[in-house]
Parts: sequence; structure tokens; C-alpha cells
Amino acid sequence: MLPRELKAESFASYPPQARAIATEHLGALQRLPFAFAPSLLREVIDFDYKFPAERSTLQDELSTLDSLSDAELHQWFEAFFSISLSSTLENFDWVNLPAQFVEQQAAYLWSTHQLDGFRKAATEYGDRLNRLRKPELNRLSRVGVAIIGREVQSYSSPLFKNLRKHGTYFTNVSPQGGLACLMAALEERAQNYPQPFAHWYVEGGDLEPHGSHIASVSYRALTPTRNALLKRMQEEISRPGMGPEELRAVMARLTPTDLKVETGTDPVLSRFELKLLTEGSGTQIYSTAFAQWASREVLRRAQPLTLLVRYAPRQRQRPMNELLAGGIGQAELDPVGSLIDGDMGAYYQWIDQQRLSESERSSFIAWFEDHQIAVAIGPAMPRGAESNTAIDMEKLFSMAVT
Amino acid sequence: MIVNRSSDGLETAVSVSRTRREFLRDAAGLALGGALIQASPFVRAESVRKKRKVVVVTFGGGARDQETFAPEGQENIPHMLNEMAPQSSFFTHVTNQGILGHYVATASLATGVYETLNNFASVAPEHPTIFEYFRKELKRPLSDAWVVAPSNGFHRIGESEVKGFGPGQGARVILPKRLLGLTSSAGTADFEHLLHDNYETPLYTPALAGGEVELQQLETILKLSIGDFAAHARTLSSPDELSLYIAKRLMREESPSLLWITMHDIDVAHSGAYSLYIEGIRRTDRLCAELWKAIQTEPEYAGNTTMFVLPDFGRDSDFDAGGNGFQHHRTGDSASRTTWMMALGAGVRQGVVYDTPIQSIDLVPSIGAMMGFSPSQSSGKSIRELA
Repeated sequence: MLPRELKAESFASYPPQARAIATEHLGALQRLPFAFAPSLLREVIDFDYKFPAERSTLQDELSTLDSLSDAELHQWFEAFFSISLSSTLENFDWVNLPAQFVEQQAAYLWSTHQLDGFRKAATEYGDRLNRLRKPELNRLSRVGVAIIGREVQSYSSPLFKNLRKHGTYFTNVSPQGGLACLMAALEERAQNYPQPFAHWYVEGGDLEPHGSHIASVSYRALTPTRNALLKRMQEEISRPGMGPEELRAVMARLTPTDLKVETGTDPVLSRFELKLLTEGSGTQIYSTAFAQWASREVLRRAQPLTLLVRYAPRQRQRPMNELLAGGIGQAELDPVGSLIDGDMGAYYQWIDQQRLSESERSSFIAWFEDHQIAVAIGPAMPRGAESNTAIDMEKLFSMAVT
Repeated sequence: MIVNRSSDGLETAVSVSRTRREFLRDAAGLALGGALIQASPFVRAESVRKKRKVVVVTFGGGARDQETFAPEGQENIPHMLNEMAPQSSFFTHVTNQGILGHYVATASLATGVYETLNNFASVAPEHPTIFEYFRKELKRPLSDAWVVAPSNGFHRIGESEVKGFGPGQGARVILPKRLLGLTSSAGTADFEHLLHDNYETPLYTPALAGGEVELQQLETILKLSIGDFAAHARTLSSPDELSLYIAKRLMREESPSLLWITMHDIDVAHSGAYSLYIEGIRRTDRLCAELWKAIQTEPEYAGNTTMFVLPDFGRDSDFDAGGNGFQHHRTGDSASRTTWMMALGAGVRQGVVYDTPIQSIDLVPSIGAMMGFSPSQSSGKSIRELA
């Protein structure tokens, strides 16, 4: 099947809102190149489970495609039209299984040396969309906070090396009340500017008390889901004919209901949590990988106005000789390793935040929890500067967030 | 706002290789090699070729510049930087234009052709391997070519199924982790975790048959009892340390002329834990230096061995929105495709940096030129600075 053969009935098995939007933009979808259409449908089919910012972006994209003349559309997608795909892919049920199709398409593009061309075409397409996108005019500038190094007593190597050149490095921050201050700032922003999924709290351990208007995900709270998922994966692996790619396809299709675990009441958030575990690598095992991947996905998908990420010690990776000696015992923690993980995670959080609109107005604070080290980035913060002036977290936050 | 700069990939790759060159020149006192090309030091005498041995080490799992040869990464590779680089010809600009999966990329390195096989399938390379060319043309016995590889997925890396080459004409492959599994009669859940095949799909291990034959290898070839092997394994901290132990044992007992070792600890990066990735790099750095020392002290190898060290590819850039930085190698960006190669030992000019672009598939024809065989189906080119 090719895109031009799409009909309204093609989307009969889509969730209600996804079906409605696909049908509304059927004309645009029919005109798309085969190398591109399934990627777009992968987003459309999940419309019912998307965050408000994602829905808005997707609707804008479809409206833009609707507005293009045939000549414009051909110009936009010329590179995609030149990509050749196999008849096997054409015969795949890409309308109903677009995510699985895209996996197979990627493998095909790699094997036929067309990946670089596809990548270039996708980048150019994204750039075109970005140029047309109307800038958001949030009343509130975006703020990111990363809290790393919980339970580390002392650490002598330099921290925040990647972030320092973008802001001011503080070496004399009063740690007292630091966490409470940052949580209160999150709370205040969420109360003053209440919007669904606009304020987030990602926790690598146990959640701190917070208001219901803050969206939150926690590694610890997802323990039943993680265990159920690992059990399900083991069951699938033991099936005849199961391989890595088949396993990935099974994981992609999983829903919270499949795992038979109790989930939250919000279906969008529940689906998001499961995807963190099924699409993220290492998120089922290491709390630091979970926190970093969750921050990436929250920023990419929900585009929040506020995101606070707090890392917790992950389990220690046991060396081979210990594993061979046997004895499972209680999983030990690796606070110092987790601090290094969190340091890189904080850097990636800032990079991901800078990909969003109005990045020039945004602020970012990374803090070594319960210690005096922090870095603050924002429009008013000197770049590449260092300050050893005594300062508390409230003052530092107000300086960074203008 | 940070933007994706993938469109200027070539520019980025050149910039990265220049950075490597400048850093090596400053830190290790190496000279630029462009003017030295015409006077290759390789000795081509047939008598030397017969004694020539080559050891290839893939710097397992892919590592980026900022964690290795860039200034901020130097603390992770003290052995390669201070001990090995000054003795090496260092190629700063090696690109891999193929599929960036570890098995398929290693197969491409071994055939000199960008293979397109399924990275996770238990299949032979689609083209003749360096081991088949080497043994067929030079009439070498089976014992003269060996591969030490990390996981079950690599068990067919030693030979293709190509007519005129194929089964029985390639290298013997030894999988230390698998041997460890075979010697363990009482695996705990944690032990099973250790034996997981690779870090990209940590819960999946292809099944292999024929364990009894492999256990016999321990006794007859490596001269190791099962008990001694298992006991020694209990003193090591990682699978790559086990691979090095096996490689050194092979050098002592078999002395293969062509030995290929694939390291893999670094690929723990797929777990998303940056500190574990850095630990993997530091360990691999140490193991490479240990292997180089072993080569220099082993009588069959000292003075007549050329060692190549190269990552199979890099990892994704921090700034490519399609990836997640160090964690994977999925974007195909310049950082994931551009890497380096170090050549040391017999016939190699010491302390020289070359930034001429070469490709990873050029390794096979270069070794062919060095050892005296012709990899007829390879699409790579012999590296003129070496051959």
C-alpha cells in the first residue's frame, strides 16, 4: 500500500481522536512520499496519548502540509521522494503499525546506505517547519533544575565542567533548605501558571511531597511496573523465534493494561511512564538512566515551563569476580558513580531545554545536593564566571530566574 | 537555541580529526606525517613476511573524542596517550560509512566491505574475511588465525560462506564469556546477567550448540583445566579482562600470526550510566597497554608484530537531537562515524600523526599488503602510509 491509496477507513482501528485528525487531514497524508508518511502516522496514531504541546505541534504540522500546493509539497519532500523502499515494506501494514514499520525502514535504510540521505532530508524538513512555526509567547520563561549527588559525602573532582562556561559557577551556596527552596519554587510556578503538563518533577528515588498540579514521575514509584516489565521480557525471550527486533516490537506495543499493574488515573501520564521503560535503554535498571531519559522525554514531548529533576543513587554494577562468587544479596548503591551520571544528565537536560523555544529567556540551575556547589545559567548570569560569595538557594534562584 | 548541525558533517569530521592531531602533537610530541609518506619503513622481504604477526584490537563498543583524545578526555586514556601513542603511527580521521552495529561493523572491518547483514542475527559475513584470504593465499594452518570475541553474536565472524573460501578456511573463534558459562554448573541469577550477550539488547543471548568442543579447546589448545580457567575468571573484574587473559594464553600456546580481539566493555554506555562508560574506557585503555606489553615480551611476537587499535565506530554527539549523546550510536552523525586508528610495532613509523581521511574498510587491504595476500573482494584501499 502507498500513501495515495489511503482512505478514511484505513484509520478505522485508530483511537478516536487520532482517527479524527487523520481523517481531517487525509488529503495531505495521501500526497506524502512513502518514505515519510509512516513516520508522521507514528505520531498521529498516538494522538490520544500525547501531551498538549505535542498535540499542538502535530496539528500545526498537518495544517502546514494541507496548505502546501503540489509544487511546494514536491519541493519540500523532493529528497524523501528519491528514497527507494522495498516491496516488502510496501506490503507491511504501516498504517496500523507505523512504529514497527519505522523500525524496519531504519534497518533497510542502513543496509542500503540511504540513511544519511534520509537523515539529511529529515533535518531539512524539520528546519522548514521550525522556520514557519509561530514563536510561543509564554508569560513565564522556562526554568530547569537538576539536583545531583544525593548521599555523596565528599567529592574532590570538578563538577559541572560542561555547564560552567554557559553560566556562573557558585562554590559557596548554603545547602540548608536548598531542596525545600527549589521544591517551593516549582510549586509556586505551578500554582501561578496552572496549565496541564506544564510543570514537572522527575525523581530518581522517592517523591518529595508536591501539589497535584505538578506532573511527576518517579523511578521508585514505578517499581511494580519495572518488575512486571522485566518479567514480561523474560517470558517473551523464551518464546521460539524471539530475537532482539521482535522483542523490541513487542515492547513497543505494550500498554499499561498488558502489564496488569496499578497505574495512575491519567491515561496520558500512564502511557508516558510505560514508554520511559519500554523505549529507554537502562531505564529499567539504573535510576540515573531513568532520570536522565525522563528529563529528555519530558522536555522533548511536554515542553514544560518548569522541570525539576532530582537524581538518586543507582544500584552499583557488580564486577565480574563478584558475580562469579555468587550470592545475590541486597543491591548496593553507588552514590559517587551516580553523581557522575547526574553531572552528565544535568548537562543533557540543559541541552534539551535549549532546543525549545525562547531558549534565550530560559534559566537553568544545577546543584550538588547538600553541598555548596552549584551552577546557574540565565539571561542575567555572567557566562564562564565563578563566585565564592556566600549565597542561599533562594537568592541564587531569584538571580538566575528573572 | 541549539540546532542540529548534521548538514555540515564533513566539516565536523575534519575538525574532529584536526583536534585529535593537534592534541596528540601537543600532548605526546608526535610529528605530522604528510611529508613522510614516500619513505615507508616497511620491510618487504619475504623472510620477514613469514615471521610477521598482526594483532588487531577493536577498542570495543565505540568511544567518542571528548572521552578519549580530546583534552577533556585525556585523563581516561593515560596508557594509550603516554605509552602507546608516542610509539605509534596515529590516523586521526577514520570514517565508517557502514551500519553502526557492533557485529556488522566488526564484520565490515574483517572483510573490508561494508557488510549489510542483520546485526543481531547469527550469520556469517557476506564476503570473505581477512582470515580466509590470509590462510588461503599464504597456505597457513587453522591454528594461525584466531578471533577472541565478546559475545555469542560474534561466533561466525571467523569465516564467510563465499564459494572458494568459506567453512574451514577462516579463523577459529573463541568466546571467553561463553566458555565461562559452559564451565559454570551453578549459575546464579547475577551470573546469568554477566553472560548476557551485548549491551544493546541486554536480555537476549543467541543460543549456540557445541559447548563440549569448546571446552576441549580449553584443555587441548589453551592448556587450561576447566577448574583453573574458572578460578582465574574469579579474579577478573570484567569480560574484556577475560578476553585479554584468553588472548595472552593463545599467544603463548598457539602463537597465531593473525590475532583479532574485539573488546566490548565500553558498550555498557547503552545502559545510560555515564560513569560506567568512562570506567569501560579506562579499563580498555589499560588492557590495550597490557596487550602491547605482552606482545613485546612474548618471544614469538617481540619485534615482528604490528598491532592495530581502532574503535569500530564512535558514539552519537551530545548535540544531535536524534540521539541521546554518549548512550547510543544510532544517528549516523559525524561523531558516530568518525574515529581513529593507532598502528604500532614492526614496520610502523613511530610518533607520527596522519590526518589523511581513511575508511575502516581500508584495514584489510592494508594488512594484506603488509603480510603478502590480496583481499580481492574488499572495497577498501590499502593505506599508503602503511603499505
